[in-house]
Amino acid sequence: GNGKVHYLPYYLPCPEIFSMKLQYTEEKPVQLFPQLFYQQPRVLAPERQDVLTITPWLAPIIWEGTFNSAILDSAYRPLNLTIGVTAFAIGKYTRFVGRFLESAEKHFMKGYQVNYYIFTDNPETIPNVQLQPGRRFVIVPIRKYPSWQEISMRRMEAINKHIAETSHQEVDYLFCLDIDMVFYNSWGPETLGDIVAAIHPGYFNVPRSQFPYERRSSSAAYIPDGEGDFYYGGAVFGGLVKKVYEFTRTCHMTILTDKANEIMAAWQEESHLNRHFLSHKPSKVLSPEYLWDDRKPKPPEVHLIRFSTVDKNYKEIRD
Amino acid sequence: RWDVLVLTPWLAPIVWEGTFNRDILNAQYMEKNLVTGVVTFAVKKFWFFIQGFMSSANKYFLAGHQVNFYLFPDNPEQISHLQIAPENHLFVIPVQNHSQWQNISMSHMDIIRRYICSQFQYEIDYLYYIDIDVQLFGHIGVEIIDTLVATISPWQYTTRRESKSYETCPESQAAIPKGEGDFYYTASFYGGSVAKIYKLTRACFKGVTEDRENDIEARWHDESHLNSYILYHKPTCLLSPEYYWDEEL
Repeated sequence: GNGKVHYLPYYLPCPEIFSMKLQYTEEKPVQLFPQLFYQQPRVLAPERQDVLTITPWLAPIIWEGTFNSAILDSAYRPLNLTIGVTAFAIGKYTRFVGRFLESAEKHFMKGYQVNYYIFTDNPETIPNVQLQPGRRFVIVPIRKYPSWQEISMRRMEAINKHIAETSHQEVDYLFCLDIDMVFYNSWGPETLGDIVAAIHPGYFNVPRSQFPYERRSSSAAYIPDGEGDFYYGGAVFGGLVKKVYEFTRTCHMTILTDKANEIMAAWQEESHLNRHFLSHKPSKVLSPEYLWDDRKPKPPEVHLIRFSTVDKNYKEIRD
Repeated sequence: RWDVLVLTPWLAPIVWEGTFNRDILNAQYMEKNLVTGVVTFAVKKFWFFIQGFMSSANKYFLAGHQVNFYLFPDNPEQISHLQIAPENHLFVIPVQNHSQWQNISMSHMDIIRRYICSQFQYEIDYLYYIDIDVQLFGHIGVEIIDTLVATISPWQYTTRRESKSYETCPESQAAIPKGEGDFYYTASFYGGSVAKIYKLTRACFKGVTEDRENDIEARWHDESHLNSYILYHKPTCLLSPEYYWDEEL
């Protein structure tokens, strides 16, 4: 035809995300701690002397022993918070939903309102799991991409879009978790923070030169030698819903930048997440207790495994 | 630092030398374009400390960032010329000398509260109170900037809670019941966001006034009220006794 040609940059398939303005209240919840009796904290007697419990930018690193659940619950429960969880069950991964939800019902944010958002291409295969009162389960239909890498990387976009359309009105905090995992022990309000990342179980005791960061400078996820705080796992991240919206958008943009340059980062969105958290440091870091790999032997520093992988045959599941 | 507690049971950091990287924190602070204020009083003989305080604070307190110093003297003529860094501002606000009051420090809370309302909230994001008879010997930087910050008293950080100087008289508004108490905090150095400090000073002054009406005086005056308030409104960040040390210890 003879109409005007519009050059929509092809690396922006969802322009509406970037123009959406979200209304949030800026105020952090005010922390009032009611009267409670507990053991006196001792200035010269730290509970954990074997692990780092604070980052150089003064964000807590959550290990068993560093926090008192009763104190935290006493401050958080009255706030009537709703915690959201996103998990992607695409293709054969729907088989993990039942166990994920049953274990979450036992261990995840007990006593709080929880919304589970299960993103799937196959809603009929999602089992019906009995939930505790105050907790609900929502199926979010999404399309399936041809390769598992693409499926993995498109999560950022899907989470971001869903926050903008739905979950920002329904939850205060949002955790984005992998579905092929099980809760074994308590996951509570000690994990709540503005921007929360978890240390990858394979790299918590390893020098930064050995972190599997993306090392090609042509990628937007590039981290040069000599830089890096921790290696964060892509299976667990979260925070205030507004903050999750912001960083999933940034990660999705860097992922698309790489796509436009025909490069895929070494560990897909996990590489982009690590790049992002290097420049925008998390306000709270979860120890590998919160992101464990059952194939690894439990080291003495990990007193408690709270959330861990389910043993699976990757070849069989992925394609 | 493996020898000291660096995280409270409610997950607030306790800032000790060696636990933080000031460069990272400076970068984060500068991104947000924040302005911090310091409020201090120089009443009666305390005018003597103004020079020492101002010259050390000007050099070492949040060096390189804009700081607004709010100095409340009762006798402004006694203040000699004070040099301040180009990025800082000094506001001298004369106050009345309340010689009828038993303790001048008690009304500091109310003055701070009133000025937050009328002036400070428009000029600064974070506000810190520091006693005038303090000299800084080393840098105090942005590691102290957080929503509600209290300093662990250098005289009591090893004692059991029963021997701490909490107010025990149950009729006082500052009373802390037996079996409660995390740390003993000093009233000589505390701060936080302007909104939180407004609430803190308002609550402490309310406690002081109610005690007065019942003819009670808390043992450690505004410090007792501060400790009582902070027990239930737990700080988001604690400063170790390194931040307020007494040379005699």
